[in-house]
Amino acid sequence: MSTVLSEPKLPAGVHLPIYMDNHATTPMDPRVLEAMVPFFTNKFGNAASRNHSFGWEAERAVDLAREQIAKLIGATAKEIIFTSGATESNNLAIKGIAEMYRERGNHIITQVTEHKAVLDTCKRMEKQGCRVTYLPVNADGLIEMDDLKRAIDDKTILVTIMFANNEIGVIQPVEEIGKLCHERGILFHTDAVQAVGKIPVDVNAMNIDVLSLSGHKIYGPKGVGALYVRRRNPRVQIAAQMDGGGHERGMRSGTLNVPGIVGLGAACEIARLEMDEEAAILRAMRDRLKEKLESNLDFVHVNGSMEHHLPGNLNMSFIHVEGESLLMGINDIAVSSGSACTSATLEPSYVLKALGLGDDVAHSSIRFGLGRFNTQAEVDYVADKVIDVVQKLRELSPLYEMAKEGIDLTKVQWQAH
Amino acid sequence: MAYSDKVIEHYNNPRNVGQMDKNSTAVGTGLVGAPECGDVMRLQIKVNPETRVIEDAKFKTFGCGSAIASSSLATEWVKGKTVDEALEIKNTDIVKELALPPVKIHCSVLAEDAIRAAIGDWKKKNVAMVEQTAGPVAVAAN
Repeated sequence: MSTVLSEPKLPAGVHLPIYMDNHATTPMDPRVLEAMVPFFTNKFGNAASRNHSFGWEAERAVDLAREQIAKLIGATAKEIIFTSGATESNNLAIKGIAEMYRERGNHIITQVTEHKAVLDTCKRMEKQGCRVTYLPVNADGLIEMDDLKRAIDDKTILVTIMFANNEIGVIQPVEEIGKLCHERGILFHTDAVQAVGKIPVDVNAMNIDVLSLSGHKIYGPKGVGALYVRRRNPRVQIAAQMDGGGHERGMRSGTLNVPGIVGLGAACEIARLEMDEEAAILRAMRDRLKEKLESNLDFVHVNGSMEHHLPGNLNMSFIHVEGESLLMGINDIAVSSGSACTSATLEPSYVLKALGLGDDVAHSSIRFGLGRFNTQAEVDYVADKVIDVVQKLRELSPLYEMAKEGIDLTKVQWQAH
Repeated sequence: MAYSDKVIEHYNNPRNVGQMDKNSTAVGTGLVGAPECGDVMRLQIKVNPETRVIEDAKFKTFGCGSAIASSSLATEWVKGKTVDEALEIKNTDIVKELALPPVKIHCSVLAEDAIRAAIGDWKKKNVAMVEQTAGPVAVAAN
Protein backbone atom coordinates (compact mmCIF):
# COMPACT_ATOMS: atom_id res chain seq x y z
CA MET A 1 0.00 0.00 0.00
CA SER A 2 1.44 3.29 -0.96
CA THR A 3 1.26 6.34 1.22
CA VAL A 4 0.27 9.56 -0.41
CA LEU A 5 2.20 12.41 1.08
CA SER A 6 0.10 15.52 1.09
CA GLU A 7 1.64 18.92 0.42
CA PRO A 8 1.97 21.00 3.57
CA LYS A 9 -1.16 23.07 3.82
CA LEU A 10 -0.80 26.69 2.80
CA PRO A 11 -2.88 29.42 4.38
CA ALA A 12 -5.72 30.85 2.30
CA GLY A 13 -4.55 33.56 -0.09
CA VAL A 14 -1.04 32.12 -0.46
CA HIS A 15 -0.01 30.67 -3.79
CA LEU A 16 3.59 29.67 -4.31
CA PRO A 17 5.86 31.00 -5.58
CA ILE A 18 5.14 34.45 -4.16
CA TYR A 19 6.26 37.41 -6.25
CA MET A 20 7.53 40.24 -4.03
CA ASP A 21 10.04 41.89 -6.35
CA ASN A 22 7.85 44.62 -7.80
CA HIS A 23 10.71 47.12 -8.19
CA ALA A 24 12.25 44.84 -10.78
CA THR A 25 9.05 44.52 -12.75
CA THR A 26 5.35 44.17 -12.11
CA PRO A 27 2.86 41.66 -13.45
CA MET A 28 0.59 43.24 -16.03
CA ASP A 29 -2.84 44.20 -14.78
CA PRO A 30 -5.44 42.13 -16.71
CA ARG A 31 -7.31 45.37 -17.46
CA VAL A 32 -4.21 46.67 -19.23
CA LEU A 33 -3.90 43.56 -21.35
CA GLU A 34 -7.55 43.78 -22.26
CA ALA A 35 -7.06 47.34 -23.54
CA MET A 36 -4.02 46.29 -25.59
CA VAL A 37 -5.28 43.16 -27.32
CA PRO A 38 -7.25 44.75 -30.19
CA PHE A 39 -4.17 46.75 -31.21
CA PHE A 40 -2.24 43.56 -31.92
CA THR A 41 -4.94 42.23 -34.22
CA ASN A 42 -7.62 44.14 -36.07
CA LYS A 43 -6.56 47.63 -34.96
CA PHE A 44 -3.05 47.24 -36.30
CA GLY A 45 -2.65 50.58 -38.08
CA ASN A 46 0.44 52.76 -38.07
CA ALA A 47 -0.28 55.88 -36.04
CA ALA A 48 1.72 57.86 -38.60
CA SER A 49 -0.54 56.81 -41.49
CA ARG A 50 -2.46 60.01 -42.08
CA ASN A 51 -4.66 59.02 -44.96
CA HIS A 52 -6.78 56.07 -43.92
CA SER A 53 -8.95 54.88 -41.08
CA PHE A 54 -6.44 52.28 -39.85
CA GLY A 55 -3.95 55.03 -39.17
CA TRP A 56 -6.54 57.36 -37.65
CA GLU A 57 -7.71 54.62 -35.29
CA ALA A 58 -4.16 54.01 -34.09
CA GLU A 59 -3.50 57.72 -33.75
CA ARG A 60 -6.65 58.20 -31.68
CA ALA A 61 -5.55 55.42 -29.34
CA VAL A 62 -2.09 56.96 -28.98
CA ASP A 63 -3.59 60.38 -28.30
CA LEU A 64 -5.80 58.92 -25.58
CA ALA A 65 -2.76 57.24 -23.99
CA ARG A 66 -0.88 60.53 -24.11
CA GLU A 67 -3.75 62.15 -22.23
CA GLN A 68 -3.87 59.37 -19.66
CA ILE A 69 -0.14 59.58 -18.97
CA ALA A 70 -0.11 63.38 -18.87
CA LYS A 71 -3.01 63.45 -16.43
CA LEU A 72 -1.20 61.18 -13.97
CA ILE A 73 1.76 63.57 -13.70
CA GLY A 74 -0.01 66.90 -14.17
CA ALA A 75 1.35 67.48 -17.68
CA THR A 76 -0.30 68.14 -21.03
CA ALA A 77 -0.58 65.47 -23.71
CA LYS A 78 1.77 67.26 -26.10
CA GLU A 79 4.56 67.03 -23.54
CA ILE A 80 4.67 63.22 -23.63
CA ILE A 81 7.26 61.53 -25.89
CA PHE A 82 7.04 57.76 -26.26
CA THR A 83 10.17 55.62 -25.93
CA SER A 84 11.07 51.96 -25.50
CA GLY A 85 11.39 52.32 -21.74
CA ALA A 86 13.05 54.30 -19.01
CA THR A 87 16.62 53.44 -20.02
CA GLU A 88 15.98 55.07 -23.37
CA SER A 89 14.13 57.96 -21.72
CA ASN A 90 17.08 58.64 -19.39
CA ASN A 91 19.57 58.40 -22.24
CA LEU A 92 17.51 60.69 -24.45
CA ALA A 93 17.01 63.26 -21.69
CA ILE A 94 20.63 63.51 -20.61
CA LYS A 95 22.32 63.17 -23.98
CA GLY A 96 19.69 65.26 -25.75
CA ILE A 97 19.96 68.12 -23.26
CA ALA A 98 23.77 68.02 -23.10
CA GLU A 99 23.90 68.26 -26.88
CA MET A 100 21.21 70.92 -27.24
CA TYR A 101 22.51 73.22 -24.50
CA ARG A 102 26.23 72.77 -25.16
CA GLU A 103 26.74 76.47 -25.84
CA ARG A 104 25.23 77.39 -22.51
CA GLY A 105 27.37 75.02 -20.47
CA ASN A 106 28.65 71.51 -20.03
CA HIS A 107 28.12 70.77 -16.35
CA ILE A 108 25.68 68.08 -15.19
CA ILE A 109 24.82 67.30 -11.56
CA THR A 110 23.56 63.90 -10.50
CA GLN A 111 23.94 61.72 -7.41
CA VAL A 112 25.55 58.41 -6.53
CA THR A 113 22.50 56.16 -5.99
CA GLU A 114 20.99 56.79 -9.43
CA HIS A 115 20.11 53.85 -11.65
CA LYS A 116 22.87 52.73 -14.01
CA ALA A 117 20.87 54.11 -16.94
CA VAL A 118 21.64 57.57 -15.54
CA LEU A 119 25.11 56.94 -14.07
CA ASP A 120 26.50 55.21 -17.13
CA THR A 121 24.98 57.83 -19.43
CA CYS A 122 26.66 60.53 -17.33
CA LYS A 123 29.97 58.66 -17.53
CA ARG A 124 29.70 58.60 -21.30
CA MET A 125 28.95 62.32 -21.33
CA GLU A 126 32.16 62.89 -19.34
CA LYS A 127 34.07 61.23 -22.16
CA GLN A 128 32.36 63.62 -24.54
CA GLY A 129 33.48 66.75 -22.75
CA CYS A 130 30.89 67.20 -20.03
CA ARG A 131 31.76 67.76 -16.40
CA VAL A 132 29.64 65.68 -14.04
CA THR A 133 29.23 66.15 -10.29
CA TYR A 134 28.06 63.05 -8.43
CA LEU A 135 26.51 64.24 -5.17
CA PRO A 136 26.86 61.96 -2.16
CA VAL A 137 23.86 60.82 -0.10
CA ASN A 138 23.57 60.79 3.68
CA ALA A 139 23.01 57.65 5.78
CA ASP A 140 19.29 57.90 5.00
CA GLY A 141 19.97 57.82 1.26
CA LEU A 142 18.96 61.45 0.71
CA ILE A 143 21.00 64.15 -0.98
CA GLU A 144 21.72 67.30 1.03
CA MET A 145 20.30 70.45 -0.54
CA ASP A 146 23.39 72.39 0.55
CA ASP A 147 25.59 70.00 -1.44
CA LEU A 148 23.43 70.62 -4.49
CA LYS A 149 23.56 74.40 -4.03
CA ARG A 150 27.33 74.32 -3.72
CA ALA A 151 27.71 72.12 -6.79
CA ILE A 152 25.86 74.51 -9.10
CA ASP A 153 28.07 76.85 -11.13
CA ASP A 154 27.62 79.07 -14.18
CA LYS A 155 28.21 76.14 -16.53
CA THR A 156 25.54 73.91 -14.97
CA ILE A 157 22.87 73.05 -17.52
CA LEU A 158 21.19 70.00 -16.00
CA VAL A 159 20.41 68.46 -12.64
CA THR A 160 19.31 64.83 -12.90
CA ILE A 161 18.17 63.32 -9.62
CA MET A 162 15.91 60.30 -9.34
CA PHE A 163 12.50 60.63 -7.72
CA ALA A 164 12.59 57.38 -5.72
CA ASN A 165 15.31 54.80 -5.47
CA ASN A 166 14.78 51.32 -6.89
CA GLU A 167 16.70 49.51 -4.15
CA ILE A 168 15.97 51.36 -0.94
CA GLY A 169 12.76 53.15 -1.93
CA VAL A 170 14.00 56.49 -0.61
CA ILE A 171 12.23 59.54 -2.06
CA GLN A 172 14.52 62.49 -2.82
CA PRO A 173 13.41 66.07 -2.00
CA VAL A 174 12.22 66.55 -5.57
CA GLU A 175 10.09 69.61 -4.89
CA GLU A 176 13.01 71.47 -3.27
CA ILE A 177 15.36 70.41 -6.05
CA GLY A 178 12.90 71.61 -8.67
CA LYS A 179 12.44 74.94 -6.93
CA LEU A 180 16.18 75.54 -6.72
CA CYS A 181 16.77 74.57 -10.36
CA HIS A 182 13.91 76.78 -11.48
CA GLU A 183 15.35 79.76 -9.58
CA ARG A 184 18.78 79.19 -11.08
CA GLY A 185 17.52 78.60 -14.61
CA ILE A 186 18.85 75.04 -14.72
CA LEU A 187 16.91 72.16 -16.25
CA PHE A 188 15.74 69.45 -13.86
CA HIS A 189 15.33 65.88 -15.06
CA THR A 190 14.10 63.12 -12.80
CA ASP A 191 14.07 59.38 -13.32
CA ALA A 192 10.63 58.77 -11.83
CA VAL A 193 10.28 55.12 -12.80
CA GLN A 194 9.66 53.92 -9.24
CA ALA A 195 7.53 56.90 -8.22
CA VAL A 196 5.01 57.44 -11.02
CA GLY A 197 1.78 55.63 -10.21
CA LYS A 198 2.94 54.88 -6.67
CA ILE A 199 3.06 58.34 -5.09
CA PRO A 200 1.75 61.74 -6.27
CA VAL A 201 3.89 63.30 -9.01
CA ASP A 202 3.08 66.77 -10.34
CA VAL A 203 5.53 68.22 -12.84
CA ASN A 204 4.29 71.78 -12.33
CA ALA A 205 4.07 71.85 -8.54
CA MET A 206 7.48 70.18 -8.40
CA ASN A 207 9.14 72.23 -11.16
CA ILE A 208 10.17 69.13 -13.07
CA ASP A 209 11.29 69.90 -16.63
CA VAL A 210 11.96 66.39 -17.92
CA LEU A 211 10.78 63.10 -16.43
CA SER A 212 11.35 59.44 -17.31
CA LEU A 213 8.75 56.75 -16.72
CA SER A 214 8.27 53.14 -17.69
CA GLY A 215 5.32 50.84 -18.43
CA HIS A 216 6.38 47.62 -16.75
CA LYS A 217 6.90 49.15 -13.31
CA ILE A 218 3.27 50.21 -13.13
CA TYR A 219 1.49 46.98 -14.14
CA GLY A 220 1.81 47.86 -17.82
CA PRO A 221 3.77 46.18 -20.61
CA LYS A 222 7.55 45.92 -20.98
CA GLY A 223 9.29 47.68 -23.85
CA VAL A 224 7.40 50.94 -23.59
CA GLY A 225 8.09 54.10 -21.62
CA ALA A 226 7.78 57.83 -21.93
CA LEU A 227 9.69 61.03 -21.48
CA TYR A 228 7.86 64.11 -20.27
CA VAL A 229 9.42 67.20 -21.88
CA ARG A 230 8.18 70.57 -20.62
CA ARG A 231 6.83 72.87 -23.34
CA ARG A 232 6.30 76.08 -21.37
CA ASN A 233 8.27 77.96 -18.68
CA PRO A 234 10.75 76.95 -19.92
CA ARG A 235 10.33 75.26 -23.28
CA VAL A 236 12.82 72.38 -23.10
CA GLN A 237 14.60 71.31 -26.24
CA ILE A 238 16.12 67.90 -26.68
CA ALA A 239 18.40 66.84 -29.52
CA ALA A 240 17.20 63.57 -31.05
CA GLN A 241 19.55 60.65 -30.48
CA MET A 242 18.11 58.51 -33.24
CA ASP A 243 17.50 59.65 -36.80
CA GLY A 244 14.50 58.65 -38.86
CA GLY A 245 10.97 59.70 -39.67
CA GLY A 246 10.82 62.57 -37.21
CA HIS A 247 8.15 61.05 -34.98
CA GLU A 248 7.37 62.48 -31.54
CA ARG A 249 7.97 66.11 -32.47
CA GLY A 250 11.31 65.15 -33.95
CA MET A 251 12.69 63.97 -30.65
CA ARG A 252 12.28 60.25 -31.10
CA SER A 253 11.94 58.67 -34.52
CA GLY A 254 10.50 55.23 -35.02
CA THR A 255 7.04 53.82 -35.65
CA LEU A 256 5.05 54.00 -32.46
CA ASN A 257 4.52 50.81 -30.47
CA VAL A 258 0.77 51.28 -30.47
CA PRO A 259 -0.27 48.26 -28.34
CA GLY A 260 2.44 49.08 -25.81
CA ILE A 261 1.45 52.74 -25.72
CA VAL A 262 -2.21 51.83 -25.24
CA GLY A 263 -1.12 49.58 -22.37
CA LEU A 264 1.01 52.30 -20.81
CA GLY A 265 -1.93 54.70 -21.03
CA ALA A 266 -4.32 52.21 -19.45
CA ALA A 267 -1.81 51.48 -16.68
CA CYS A 268 -1.50 55.21 -15.92
CA GLU A 269 -5.27 55.64 -15.90
CA ILE A 270 -5.71 52.79 -13.40
CA ALA A 271 -2.86 54.16 -11.27
CA ARG A 272 -4.38 57.64 -11.21
CA LEU A 273 -7.74 56.32 -10.02
CA GLU A 274 -6.48 53.73 -7.54
CA MET A 275 -3.10 55.03 -6.36
CA ASP A 276 -4.15 56.57 -3.04
CA GLU A 277 -6.06 53.55 -1.87
CA GLU A 278 -3.41 51.15 -3.12
CA ALA A 279 -0.61 53.10 -1.45
CA ALA A 280 -2.39 52.94 1.91
CA ILE A 281 -2.82 49.16 1.61
CA LEU A 282 0.80 48.64 0.53
CA ARG A 283 2.10 50.84 3.32
CA ALA A 284 0.10 48.89 5.90
CA MET A 285 1.34 45.54 4.54
CA ARG A 286 4.94 46.80 4.36
CA ASP A 287 4.77 48.06 7.95
CA ARG A 288 3.35 44.73 9.07
CA LEU A 289 6.23 42.89 7.39
CA LYS A 290 8.79 45.23 8.93
CA GLU A 291 7.22 44.95 12.36
CA LYS A 292 7.15 41.13 12.27
CA LEU A 293 10.75 40.86 11.15
CA GLU A 294 12.01 43.42 13.66
CA SER A 295 10.17 41.90 16.60
CA ASN A 296 11.30 38.35 15.90
CA LEU A 297 14.92 38.84 14.89
CA ASP A 298 17.89 40.65 16.41
CA PHE A 299 20.66 42.30 14.38
CA VAL A 300 18.36 43.61 11.64
CA HIS A 301 18.92 46.95 9.96
CA VAL A 302 16.45 48.92 7.84
CA ASN A 303 18.27 50.54 4.93
CA GLY A 304 17.26 54.05 3.90
CA SER A 305 15.01 56.67 5.47
CA MET A 306 11.62 55.25 6.44
CA GLU A 307 10.22 58.76 6.57
CA HIS A 308 10.81 59.47 2.88
CA HIS A 309 9.91 56.08 1.52
CA LEU A 310 7.89 54.36 -1.19
CA PRO A 311 4.88 52.57 0.28
CA GLY A 312 5.72 49.12 -1.14
CA ASN A 313 9.45 49.02 -0.40
CA LEU A 314 11.35 47.48 2.47
CA ASN A 315 15.10 47.01 2.30
CA MET A 316 16.43 45.18 5.30
CA SER A 317 19.77 43.67 6.25
CA PHE A 318 19.84 40.49 8.30
CA ILE A 319 23.30 40.97 9.73
CA HIS A 320 25.55 37.90 9.92
CA VAL A 321 23.53 36.11 7.23
CA GLU A 322 24.68 36.31 3.63
CA GLY A 323 21.94 37.42 1.23
CA GLU A 324 22.28 34.75 -1.41
CA SER A 325 22.13 31.95 1.14
CA LEU A 326 18.97 33.56 2.51
CA LEU A 327 17.42 33.73 -0.97
CA MET A 328 18.26 30.04 -1.40
CA GLY A 329 16.32 29.21 1.77
CA ILE A 330 13.26 31.19 0.70
CA ASN A 331 13.27 29.97 -2.87
CA ASP A 332 9.48 29.95 -3.08
CA ILE A 333 9.56 33.74 -2.62
CA ALA A 334 10.88 36.12 -5.29
CA VAL A 335 12.81 39.01 -3.71
CA SER A 336 16.21 40.60 -4.41
CA SER A 337 19.45 40.95 -2.49
CA GLY A 338 22.25 43.51 -2.51
CA SER A 339 24.71 40.70 -1.92
CA ALA A 340 27.69 40.54 -4.24
CA CYS A 341 26.94 36.89 -4.96
CA THR A 342 23.65 37.81 -6.58
CA SER A 343 25.05 40.55 -8.82
CA ALA A 344 26.59 40.13 -12.22
CA THR A 345 29.61 42.19 -11.17
CA LEU A 346 30.21 40.25 -7.94
CA GLU A 347 30.22 43.59 -6.14
CA PRO A 348 27.80 44.34 -3.33
CA SER A 349 25.13 46.98 -3.99
CA TYR A 350 26.66 50.39 -4.73
CA VAL A 351 23.47 51.99 -3.42
CA LEU A 352 23.84 50.45 0.02
CA LYS A 353 27.56 51.24 0.06
CA ALA A 354 26.71 54.87 -0.71
CA LEU A 355 24.73 55.02 2.54
CA GLY A 356 28.01 54.41 4.34
CA LEU A 357 27.05 50.88 5.28
CA GLY A 358 29.80 48.30 5.44
CA ASP A 359 30.01 45.71 2.70
CA ASP A 360 28.91 43.13 5.25
CA VAL A 361 25.58 44.96 5.69
CA ALA A 362 25.11 45.13 1.92
CA HIS A 363 25.87 41.40 1.62
CA SER A 364 23.08 40.72 4.12
CA SER A 365 20.40 42.86 2.51
CA ILE A 366 17.07 41.80 1.08
CA ARG A 367 14.77 44.05 -0.93
CA PHE A 368 11.08 43.33 -0.52
CA GLY A 369 9.00 44.99 -3.22
CA LEU A 370 5.30 44.75 -2.47
CA GLY A 371 2.82 45.38 -5.22
CA ARG A 372 -0.80 45.54 -6.27
CA PHE A 373 -1.34 41.78 -6.28
CA ASN A 374 0.27 40.87 -2.96
CA THR A 375 -2.01 39.85 -0.10
CA GLN A 376 -1.66 40.14 3.65
CA ALA A 377 -1.59 36.34 3.86
CA GLU A 378 1.46 36.41 1.58
CA VAL A 379 3.11 39.04 3.75
CA ASP A 380 2.61 36.83 6.80
CA TYR A 381 3.94 33.79 4.96
CA VAL A 382 7.00 35.72 3.80
CA ALA A 383 7.69 37.10 7.28
CA ASP A 384 7.44 33.66 8.91
CA LYS A 385 9.61 32.04 6.27
CA VAL A 386 12.30 34.73 6.40
CA ILE A 387 12.40 34.57 10.20
CA ASP A 388 12.74 30.78 10.09
CA VAL A 389 15.51 30.75 7.49
CA VAL A 390 17.45 33.63 9.08
CA GLN A 391 17.39 31.77 12.39
CA LYS A 392 18.62 28.57 10.73
CA LEU A 393 21.41 30.35 8.89
CA ARG A 394 22.47 32.14 12.04
CA GLU A 395 22.91 28.76 13.69
CA LEU A 396 25.44 28.22 10.92
CA SER A 397 27.02 31.66 11.10
CA PRO A 398 30.33 32.05 12.93
CA LEU A 399 29.77 35.82 12.84
CA TYR A 400 26.44 35.61 14.66
CA GLU A 401 28.00 33.36 17.27
CA MET A 402 30.91 35.77 17.75
CA ALA A 403 28.61 38.78 17.93
CA LYS A 404 26.47 37.02 20.53
CA GLU A 405 29.64 36.34 22.55
CA GLY A 406 30.28 40.08 22.51
CA ILE A 407 33.22 40.00 20.12
CA ASP A 408 33.63 43.23 18.15
CA LEU A 409 33.80 41.95 14.59
CA THR A 410 35.37 45.15 13.35
CA LYS A 411 38.39 44.47 15.55
CA VAL A 412 39.00 40.95 14.26
CA GLN A 413 41.96 40.53 11.92
CA TRP A 414 40.20 38.98 8.94
CA GLN A 415 42.04 37.11 6.32
CA ALA A 416 40.54 38.72 3.23
CA HIS A 417 40.85 36.79 0.03
CA MET B 1 21.46 30.81 -10.38
CA ALA B 2 20.72 27.14 -10.43
CA TYR B 3 22.41 25.08 -7.73
CA SER B 4 23.48 21.49 -8.10
CA ASP B 5 21.53 18.88 -6.16
CA LYS B 6 24.56 18.26 -3.97
CA VAL B 7 24.89 21.93 -3.00
CA ILE B 8 21.19 22.03 -2.16
CA GLU B 9 21.49 18.82 -0.18
CA HIS B 10 24.38 20.17 1.93
CA TYR B 11 22.60 23.50 2.35
CA ASN B 12 19.45 21.80 3.59
CA ASN B 13 21.31 19.25 5.74
CA PRO B 14 24.66 20.73 6.65
CA ARG B 15 26.99 18.19 8.28
CA ASN B 16 28.97 18.77 11.45
CA VAL B 17 27.71 22.21 12.35
CA GLY B 18 29.01 23.53 15.64
CA GLN B 19 32.05 24.49 17.56
CA MET B 20 34.72 22.88 19.67
CA ASP B 21 36.84 24.37 22.43
CA LYS B 22 39.40 26.37 20.52
CA ASN B 23 41.69 26.43 23.55
CA SER B 24 42.02 22.66 23.65
CA THR B 25 45.42 21.47 22.39
CA ALA B 26 43.71 18.68 20.47
CA VAL B 27 41.64 21.18 18.50
CA GLY B 28 42.83 23.17 15.49
CA THR B 29 40.76 26.14 14.36
CA GLY B 30 40.82 27.80 10.95
CA LEU B 31 38.94 31.08 10.50
CA VAL B 32 39.20 32.31 6.93
CA GLY B 33 37.52 34.91 4.75
CA ALA B 34 36.15 38.28 5.77
CA PRO B 35 32.64 39.67 6.41
CA GLU B 36 33.11 42.41 3.82
CA CYS B 37 33.92 39.77 1.19
CA GLY B 38 30.65 38.02 1.96
CA ASP B 39 32.10 34.79 3.28
CA VAL B 40 33.71 33.64 6.51
CA MET B 41 34.37 29.99 7.30
CA ARG B 42 35.36 28.54 10.61
CA LEU B 43 36.52 24.95 10.42
CA GLN B 44 37.70 23.05 13.48
CA ILE B 45 39.35 19.66 13.74
CA LYS B 46 39.99 17.42 16.73
CA VAL B 47 43.12 15.38 16.26
CA ASN B 48 44.16 12.21 18.05
CA PRO B 49 47.70 12.98 19.28
CA GLU B 50 48.80 9.36 18.93
CA THR B 51 47.55 8.55 15.46
CA ARG B 52 47.27 12.12 14.09
CA VAL B 53 43.87 11.12 12.78
CA ILE B 54 41.18 13.80 12.62
CA GLU B 55 38.51 12.27 14.81
CA ASP B 56 35.99 15.08 14.66
CA ALA B 57 35.37 18.21 12.63
CA LYS B 58 32.94 21.09 13.02
CA PHE B 59 32.18 24.14 10.96
CA LYS B 60 30.20 27.34 10.83
CA THR B 61 30.01 29.44 7.69
CA PHE B 62 28.71 32.87 6.79
CA GLY B 63 28.35 32.85 3.05
CA CYS B 64 26.33 31.75 0.07
CA GLY B 65 24.89 28.28 -0.37
CA SER B 66 28.00 27.10 -2.21
CA ALA B 67 30.24 28.31 0.62
CA ILE B 68 28.08 26.49 3.16
CA ALA B 69 28.13 23.32 1.05
CA SER B 70 31.92 23.52 0.47
CA SER B 71 32.66 23.76 4.17
CA SER B 72 30.10 21.12 5.10
CA LEU B 73 31.72 18.77 2.58
CA ALA B 74 35.18 19.64 3.88
CA THR B 75 34.25 18.53 7.39
CA GLU B 76 32.95 15.23 6.03
CA TRP B 77 36.10 14.63 4.05
CA VAL B 78 38.65 15.46 6.74
CA LYS B 79 37.06 13.19 9.32
CA GLY B 80 38.93 9.90 9.57
CA LYS B 81 41.91 11.21 7.62
CA THR B 82 45.32 11.92 9.17
CA VAL B 83 46.34 15.56 9.09
CA ASP B 84 48.74 14.81 6.27
CA GLU B 85 46.05 13.10 4.22
CA ALA B 86 43.68 16.01 4.88
CA LEU B 87 46.26 18.43 3.52
CA GLU B 88 45.98 16.66 0.19
CA ILE B 89 42.34 17.72 -0.27
CA LYS B 90 42.31 20.19 -3.14
CA ASN B 91 39.72 22.83 -3.94
CA THR B 92 39.28 21.26 -7.36
CA ASP B 93 38.06 18.07 -5.67
CA ILE B 94 35.36 20.13 -3.95
CA VAL B 95 34.45 21.88 -7.22
CA LYS B 96 34.03 18.51 -8.86
CA GLU B 97 32.04 16.90 -6.07
CA LEU B 98 29.62 19.81 -5.74
CA ALA B 99 29.56 20.72 -9.45
CA LEU B 100 30.33 24.35 -8.62
CA PRO B 101 30.09 26.85 -11.47
CA PRO B 102 33.12 29.10 -12.21
CA VAL B 103 31.76 32.05 -10.18
CA LYS B 104 31.68 29.81 -7.11
CA ILE B 105 35.19 28.41 -7.31
CA HIS B 106 36.35 30.86 -4.65
CA CYS B 107 34.04 29.06 -2.19
CA SER B 108 36.02 25.86 -2.71
CA VAL B 109 39.30 27.75 -2.40
CA LEU B 110 38.12 29.14 0.90
CA ALA B 111 37.21 25.64 2.11
CA GLU B 112 40.69 24.38 1.23
CA ASP B 113 42.18 27.40 3.04
CA ALA B 114 40.02 26.60 6.06
CA ILE B 115 41.33 23.01 6.20
CA ARG B 116 44.93 24.25 5.94
CA ALA B 117 44.37 26.95 8.54
CA ALA B 118 42.82 24.49 11.00
CA ILE B 119 45.68 22.02 10.54
CA GLY B 120 48.21 24.86 10.80
CA ASP B 121 46.65 25.97 14.07
CA TRP B 122 46.72 22.44 15.44
CA LYS B 123 50.36 22.02 14.42
CA LYS B 124 51.32 25.31 16.05
CA LYS B 125 49.75 24.18 19.30
CA ASN B 126 51.50 20.85 19.09
CA VAL B 127 54.95 21.87 17.92
CA ALA B 128 56.60 19.69 20.52
CA MET B 129 54.57 16.71 19.55
CA VAL B 130 55.03 17.24 15.84
CA GLU B 131 58.78 17.32 16.39
CA GLN B 132 58.54 14.28 18.62
CA THR B 133 57.03 12.14 15.97
CA ALA B 134 59.80 13.18 13.62
CA GLY B 135 62.61 12.41 16.02
CA PRO B 136 63.37 9.92 18.79
CA VAL B 137 60.77 9.75 21.50
CA ALA B 138 61.83 11.69 24.55
CA VAL B 139 60.56 11.03 28.01
CA ALA B 140 58.61 13.98 29.23
CA ALA B 141 59.93 15.45 32.44
CA ASN B 142 57.50 15.90 35.26
